[in-house]
Amino acid sequence: MKIEILGTGCAKCHKLEEMVKKVLHDSKTDAEVNKIQDIKKIMSYGVMMTPALVIDNDVKIAGKMPTEEQIKSWLIGS
Amino acid sequence: MAECCGTRAKLIYACSGAADVGEIADRVVRKLRKQGNFLMTCLAGIGAGLSGYVQSAKGAEQNITIDGCPVACARKTLERIGVTPTSYILTELGLVKGKTAVTETVVNEICEKIKNSGNAKPASKSTISNCCS
Repeated sequence: MKIEILGTGCAKCHKLEEMVKKVLHDSKTDAEVNKIQDIKKIMSYGVMMTPALVIDNDVKIAGKMPTEEQIKSWLIGS
Repeated sequence: MAECCGTRAKLIYACSGAADVGEIADRVVRKLRKQGNFLMTCLAGIGAGLSGYVQSAKGAEQNITIDGCPVACARKTLERIGVTPTSYILTELGLVKGKTAVTETVVNEICEKIKNSGNAKPASKSTISNCCS
């Protein structure tokens, strides 16, 4: 699984990264996590607002924070 | 340009239809973007179901559609993904489909009507470069 956290370095972007890593750790799930700060790369997804979370090239959320439950459902199923 | 944290993001879309009013809708949206009032994004991206465009629309504070005529393709494209936009239809603002010259004067008049309508208030500051902390 390939996970990308899109954001230019704001507090919410860091928080989202922490939440994703916590879910992965708690569920003992292996995944490649990359932070994407390059604005051109961010916009290549059509994302207009950050933070955003991309899982296997599919944008799951943009412009707002997901709940931990949402992240769990995307990463490991509900 | 992407918006950090999306706290005040107002996304705007044009139908960009084939008729004169569709062309005016496109030029109006580009002008509003250049003035720094709104973030223009691609209606076609939503129509194609591209996840970045769809999720951006769902995460925006406000989505604004500018349609040339009552067919309202832009508004209906947003509604198909469960988003209810603030909708402007240029024929309801006085333009006549098939009989309106595409001029700078007309584009400016429509821009002013939209900005003064109260339903699509521009962000108080530029939404482009500000980032939450």
